[in-house]
Amino acid sequence: MPMRRTLGYGALIFLTALFVAPFLWTLITALKSEAELYAYPPVFWPERLRWENFSNAWTALPFTTFLKNSMIVVVLSTLGQLASSSLVAYGFARFQFPGRDPLFILLLATMMIPWDVKMIPLYMEFNYLGWINTLKPLIVPAWFGEAFFIFLLRQYIMTIPMEIDEAARMDGANAWQIYWRIHLPLMAPALVLVGTFHFMNAWNDYLGPLIYLNDQTTYTLPLGLALFKGLHEVDYISIAAITVILCLPPLALFFYAQRYIMDNALGSSVKG
Amino acid sequence: MAGLRIENLRKSFGAVDVLKGIDLDIRDGEFVSFLGPSGCGKSTLLRSIAGLEELTDGAIHLGDREITDLPSAKRDIAMVFQNYALYPHMNVRKNMSFGLSLNGMKADEIDRRVKDAAETLRITELLDRKPKQLSGGQRQRVAIGRAIVRKPQLFLLDEPLSNLDAGLRVTMRAELAALHERLGVTMVYVTHDQVEAMTLSSRVVVLDKGRVSQFGSPLELFHRPANLFVAGFIGSPKMNFLPVRASGADGARVTVSGAGFRQPLAVELAAQAAAVDDLTLGIRPDQMRIGAPETGHLTGTVRLVERLGTESHVHVALEDGTALVIITDGTHPGRAHDRVGLTIPAEAAHLFAPTGEALPRKLDPDTERLLQV
Repeated sequence: MPMRRTLGYGALIFLTALFVAPFLWTLITALKSEAELYAYPPVFWPERLRWENFSNAWTALPFTTFLKNSMIVVVLSTLGQLASSSLVAYGFARFQFPGRDPLFILLLATMMIPWDVKMIPLYMEFNYLGWINTLKPLIVPAWFGEAFFIFLLRQYIMTIPMEIDEAARMDGANAWQIYWRIHLPLMAPALVLVGTFHFMNAWNDYLGPLIYLNDQTTYTLPLGLALFKGLHEVDYISIAAITVILCLPPLALFFYAQRYIMDNALGSSVKG
Repeated sequence: MAGLRIENLRKSFGAVDVLKGIDLDIRDGEFVSFLGPSGCGKSTLLRSIAGLEELTDGAIHLGDREITDLPSAKRDIAMVFQNYALYPHMNVRKNMSFGLSLNGMKADEIDRRVKDAAETLRITELLDRKPKQLSGGQRQRVAIGRAIVRKPQLFLLDEPLSNLDAGLRVTMRAELAALHERLGVTMVYVTHDQVEAMTLSSRVVVLDKGRVSQFGSPLELFHRPANLFVAGFIGSPKMNFLPVRASGADGARVTVSGAGFRQPLAVELAAQAAAVDDLTLGIRPDQMRIGAPETGHLTGTVRLVERLGTESHVHVALEDGTALVIITDGTHPGRAHDRVGLTIPAEAAHLFAPTGEALPRKLDPDTERLLQV
């Protein structure tokens, strides 16, 4: 038993190191001088930890503006995703209407369409609406739900006994009040999961902003980060510094939401 | 408070007719149970009254209002669900006050009602707890409390005791009876447990395959079952049935005999019955008597004796294979393979026509008086 336990911990430590190593390497790179970065043989630990690299990278480009844009996109689109997906999921889970099941299958089928296929039609659509070079294409679609999240929330709602809805109806609640006062609070763990997933997707999104945004004043953080990569020169230290900063919010969110995510992943497998 | 009148209520799910024309008149302040086996439509009937099912046809009146097309909340009905259906994210106080606050009641009136109901149900100390922190019995009380605070004209209870253990069920049964006594409000109770129905109700509706088989007081169902279904369903162990032929009739007196009968049985009816030949004789297990072989009306062989202490259930097979159960006192010495004689007291016999309808049974004066109360 102790032998097996030692092997188990050994494997876990190895895997942890494997996953943490790239992040640590990025952090150390962010703290190096230019000479140490290109030194041969490579220097692992810098002679002096250059924390000023972070402020230098941040001020080299208008990152405060990029952060503001990213926050607007992430907060508004996450709110939209939570509101729209939960509402649509509630509809599919709790209402009987003609064509409900074919519609739901159609919705699920949209998950199979790759984003690359939709990219050009979407661009044309947003161009027609005059939304290019604004943050709207990155926010508004989230207010129309996302098939995977709708599916996830619908399954969650279906585990809530129907009698709770009926009791609320007897208490005088209408369909909206049942959604708002009963289902939304009960869905909280699943909403945290959806919110976290969407936040991470929106926060890290590079291709969307790259297509729709032309003006630097509208750039989000991932686009701003890419500006360090010029045609002739790549500023690795600034890239590393901004990358570390960019990792912090999703990391913090994940630690906060971890319990809900694990509960959900395990819970849904039991409940079906 | 109000009585409930149901007229020709029909409910179908697709091609399946679940309720096939229910007519009921429940009096103001009555405690009525819907009793029947699984799938008889009792829960669907209750849900139809609550407004949770749309009717296929028929009408429902509560007091002098027709509520057929009203939404659940506007019917002035409260319901206690089988699995309680408490809101898991709200504490007991909020669970009880949710409906009142939705209806725009003032906060001090809500507080007063919740406090009163909590005191009545002895759950005052639980008001700040969430449902998951409560035991089954406590959850049951909260579910009832949620119904009480609304002061409805009608209470609907859907098998509210079925999730409790046997001991708690007996306690809650007595508490429900006391609550009905105190509130004096009309209550409709769904159960498949005949002991609950018989002990709690002023009248019982026995449902079979979507129809009312009989609607009467518990003793009426027991002593004067309207048909074979009710006779077999009410009473445990169930009534014994034997096919018999009427060999003679003299006014209200019918003489019957069947395969294996050593002597005919003359049964006095309450009224003259239409002439029928093939009948079914029903006799409750506690009314048959066991004696020495070759005595009484029938002879059979003991197959099994279940000894319960105060009484024993003796399973007897007749020569043609018909199985009967007889309740004897706990010290009866009978054993498997014994041959025994069985006596059927004529005054305890029930007779049923080939359609299953009961022939009018004559009761002894004491029982008759009891049924009139």
